[in-house]
Amino acid sequence: MATLIRNRQIAANPPSHSILRLEPDQDVAAVADRLVHVERVEVHFPKFGDGRGFSIAKLLRERYGYKGELRAVGHVVRDHLGPMEAVGFDSFLLKEDEDAEIALGAFSDFPIFAPAKLHR
Amino acid sequence: MYIYDEIDQRLVDERVAQFRDQTRRFLANRLTEEEFRALRLRNGLYIQRYAPMLRIAIPYGLLSSTQLRKLASIARRYDRGYGHFSTRQNLQLNWPRLEDVPEILAELATVQMHAIQTSGNCIRNVTTDHFAGVAADEIVDSFVWCELLRQWSTFHPEFNYLPRKFKIAVNGAVNDRAAVAVHDIGLHARRNAAGEVGFAVLAGGGLGRTPLIGRTLREFLPWPHLFSYVEAILRVYNRFGRRDNIHKARIKILLKEWGFEKFRDAVEAEWAHLKDGPATLTQADVERVQARFTRPAYEELPDEALPAGAWFQRNVHPHKVPGYAAVTLSLKKTGVPPGDATADQMDAIADLADRYSSGELRVSHEQNIILADVRQKDLAQLREEAKALGLATPNIGLITNIISCPGGDFCALANAKSIPVAEAIQRRFDDLDYQHDIGELDLNISGCMNACGHHHVGHIGILGVDKNGEEWYQVEIGGAQFPAALGKVIGPAFARADVPDVIEKLIHRYLAERDSEAERFVEVVHRIGIQPFKESVYGHAHQKPADRREPALA
Repeated sequence: MATLIRNRQIAANPPSHSILRLEPDQDVAAVADRLVHVERVEVHFPKFGDGRGFSIAKLLRERYGYKGELRAVGHVVRDHLGPMEAVGFDSFLLKEDEDAEIALGAFSDFPIFAPAKLHR
Repeated sequence: MYIYDEIDQRLVDERVAQFRDQTRRFLANRLTEEEFRALRLRNGLYIQRYAPMLRIAIPYGLLSSTQLRKLASIARRYDRGYGHFSTRQNLQLNWPRLEDVPEILAELATVQMHAIQTSGNCIRNVTTDHFAGVAADEIVDSFVWCELLRQWSTFHPEFNYLPRKFKIAVNGAVNDRAAVAVHDIGLHARRNAAGEVGFAVLAGGGLGRTPLIGRTLREFLPWPHLFSYVEAILRVYNRFGRRDNIHKARIKILLKEWGFEKFRDAVEAEWAHLKDGPATLTQADVERVQARFTRPAYEELPDEALPAGAWFQRNVHPHKVPGYAAVTLSLKKTGVPPGDATADQMDAIADLADRYSSGELRVSHEQNIILADVRQKDLAQLREEAKALGLATPNIGLITNIISCPGGDFCALANAKSIPVAEAIQRRFDDLDYQHDIGELDLNISGCMNACGHHHVGHIGILGVDKNGEEWYQVEIGGAQFPAALGKVIGPAFARADVPDVIEKLIHRYLAERDSEAERFVEVVHRIGIQPFKESVYGHAHQKPADRREPALA
């Protein structure tokens, strides 16, 4: 079972029709004008070590001003949640069978994934 | 020394707790091998040939005596009583137990140390000139910029899972002792006509199996833009760097495949959005970091005439403050693996640092220890003490100051051993007068094409290659660190036993060809090319009984 975490809590996952799903090799600029029309953007992480989605999230939030739900899907595990939240994700569909209670612990960690900001 | 603030300390403490939890989950089978691998690598923990290997970060090579004593005590307690100083200015322990690593990290945190990002596909320890802050040819104190980059890159959330590892080097002096041109990003500090500080920004350099010299993206980037520009480079790399083949995943391959223009345009386009944004550095940022560096209280002293003798000539270096000098303690004594130090030596070096150099020391990428702030009047006494410890070999810059990776004796990646080759060459050239006659010569050895021993930029570079399960050694000549040049392979590889003879033939040829003692080996190679050297080694007609196949792993 894959659990959804949203706003740092286990959440229900009702179906939605207005979703924009982005693969890591997709050109964000090409879909930028659709962002205002969607309920949620999903960024796919195909495997543990593939970090392209982190840059995509930064682009969505900072360059294109996307304010809606930004969900990480795919190989999403506890040890990703800190940095994912730091780049702008607020919603996480955990990988199959990832323990949601353990994963939630990520949010009570000291926010070590934003040290540059902490120092300033 | 940079002294941690509360945030720095809290970060390393939290990191220890986090890794303790991750190790616990792994040992309880709650994390897969693949997941734990990525996490342990971010804490410097490799699984090696015989045991785990822990790589401890020495940010930009700077250590306090207290920290070195802690490293000595860790080496004694959790390892076999020694450590290996690497070409990346870090310290490697070759025999820790996996279960002990959280405890080792906790001990490191008590002296403001860690093993964060010393491996894995993230931004690695930033390296620099081992004479930073004291160099007579200083443009800026590069430590400050390195520390700013350390803070910026530590746990940078966007760049935790890059296509491959990422190395940044900073040079703050006229001469480049940090080899910035062979790093993923190289930063060379400059001052413009108005005296303002900026950086030449290079990208796409690197050694490994595809050695390349970095290309200059910007001749002069004003310092406030340092982070935003580096961020632009990394974002382009993170999004577009190849992830399908580990051997083609470094940024240099992206730059090569795209071509320089396309790569630079992509970085510039990205930067156009980031410029003057939140990553912009302010004077307050720089001053905050500057203020946390302790500096020695220099006395007003006259410059002294240095005594005669090889050690004073080779191991003593100019200092920007009159009456002071920087000193290299050589870890390149014949018969000792290059860069290795015992726990007892580390304690003794810490004592020397306290008594002669304000309690600070540096690790050089040449794998030696530098005492950077020694009073010239203390040099003779320091030499006596260093000699008694086996740390006064007067070979800095000479052929026996060999840079070498740990090689097949320890490393799981190696094709061939490095340490016995280094030792055989050191024994062949053990005569100091002969070494001094040969003059400046960098000899670098790597046990495989990952090039941890930086063989491509050695005046003579030796690369271990595997051929049908046997260890062979390929020799290249003409490489240099600054101005950066890559060596050329002279021909087919040799058996280990033949390597000292080959080196000797190269040296004989050099001695016969040089215009004067002032013309160094590498300069002769650049002047006359490699052909005469090839002839000396392989002969004209009949060939050496070495493997004749073209080496497959160039």
